[in-house]
Amino acid sequence: MAKITFITKDQESIVVEGTAGSVMELAVQNNVKGIDGDCGGVCSCATCHVQVDPASADKLGEASEIEQDMLELDDDANEYSRLCCQLQVTEALDGVVLNVVK
Amino acid sequence: MDNNKCCVIIGGSHGGVNVAFSLRKEGWEGKIVIVDKDPNLPYQRPPLSKTYLTVKDESGYIPLKGEQAYTNEGIELLLGQEVTKVDKKTQSVELNDGTVISYDFLVLATGASPIIPPIKGIDKARNLFVMRNIQDVKGIQAALEGGVQKVAIVGGGYIGLETAASLRKLGLEVIVFEREQQLLPKVNANTLSEFLLELHQNNGVQIELQSSVSEIKNEGQTQTIITAEGKAFECDMIIMGVGVFVNQTISNQLGLEYNNGISVDKFCKTSEDTIYAVGDCNTHYSAIYDQSIRLESVQNAVDQAKIVAKSITGTSEEYNSLPWFWSDQYDVKLQIAGLTIDADNHIIRKEDEKKWSIWFFKGDQIRSVYAINNAKAYVVGMKLIQQNAKLDKEKLVDLNEKLSPKTLLIQNEINV
Repeated sequence: MAKITFITKDQESIVVEGTAGSVMELAVQNNVKGIDGDCGGVCSCATCHVQVDPASADKLGEASEIEQDMLELDDDANEYSRLCCQLQVTEALDGVVLNVVK
Repeated sequence: MDNNKCCVIIGGSHGGVNVAFSLRKEGWEGKIVIVDKDPNLPYQRPPLSKTYLTVKDESGYIPLKGEQAYTNEGIELLLGQEVTKVDKKTQSVELNDGTVISYDFLVLATGASPIIPPIKGIDKARNLFVMRNIQDVKGIQAALEGGVQKVAIVGGGYIGLETAASLRKLGLEVIVFEREQQLLPKVNANTLSEFLLELHQNNGVQIELQSSVSEIKNEGQTQTIITAEGKAFECDMIIMGVGVFVNQTISNQLGLEYNNGISVDKFCKTSEDTIYAVGDCNTHYSAIYDQSIRLESVQNAVDQAKIVAKSITGTSEEYNSLPWFWSDQYDVKLQIAGLTIDADNHIIRKEDEKKWSIWFFKGDQIRSVYAINNAKAYVVGMKLIQQNAKLDKEKLVDLNEKLSPKTLLIQNEINV
């Protein structure tokens, strides 16, 4: 079980719990505004862009090459940017705070 | 805004569902009703031919939105129900159970259906399937449980090839029939067709090009596919992937203008003032490619949905999105930016055998990019096409040059 906090663009804080699947699916199930997941979670659309709160960044591994490439030309991307369809919900993510970009 | 108003959306897939949620986002306070004959909570379609087909559990079933989201946003879902009658004079729709719902705005997100060609003997075909919804996949899975060994796929387009890849993953014998002389016949690049041909053959798929299926014979326990070229192939299951036709029942009843799809203006409005059409079912003008087009894609459905919601709520914005698509087959990710419809030349940039890209031009102007295991080429392509950019082709094929908009640009004209 992992408790994940999403902070939407209008500063709404949504705390959800999940056990499996991707963080994008968890966000969509809980109607987190700004996470669309248009491609269904195959790293093809970049509509699930989040920025990891620096304080919890060490809970996540490195982004894959394709994920980094998808974000490279996004004007809103920074060093904490991730596509959350590529983040699997595991215990390791417990307590992570994600800022929704769009 | 008047909260006594009602927007009825026919069709609850990517287009319809996104119209509903976008309407709320734009401040629509009236009623929203989605009607769809599919009884399942609206779901992602692209995984059907990919993950969903290959897993036995429900992990491939990805709802577009959680059930609670519909309740929270006050979106009424009438699933497993069908609109049987529409009346534009009284502005109402009638459902199969007799319920009549009045609308102020009607949105047709009625999509398209797979073509089942009138092949001789097809009415007696065993285990004949298409690939469009959950029922189709469940039907295929049940037949596989029943001992199907050899699957014939008719059509070497995206649906056919993705399905072939998934079925190979499950260990089935697969044969693909393509009428034209190359796979993905609609794509104007032999290199890609040849790459995919080799990919599928290396993964054990038998590909029969220039083979049109002319008859399906069922004798005893044996089902045989006969081609017009005179060849015969046995199979236990047949999956049709030969394209789709627009669902026109509703638009015909309404007498809407039609041109290869329901004709809509820049705001996705049909020839009737209170009726919109989104997604696979409409034909719209593309300013980027300066022609009327009909697209079958998630991107088009989702982006048009936002345009419809804006128009209904009075903050009109013209639809002008650059189309994009993707396909996953085995370990190959294909990402496509733009359309090749007005391209007159193309060049290939090859990082290595598995990672490369095709760049389609009209003169020097970039129009489309097909990126194979190369997300960077895809995002750079998207950006450059949106800028209407002209590219330095010599730099593009030079692997010492970084793949970035800055290096590739020779001229930057923004057409408005």
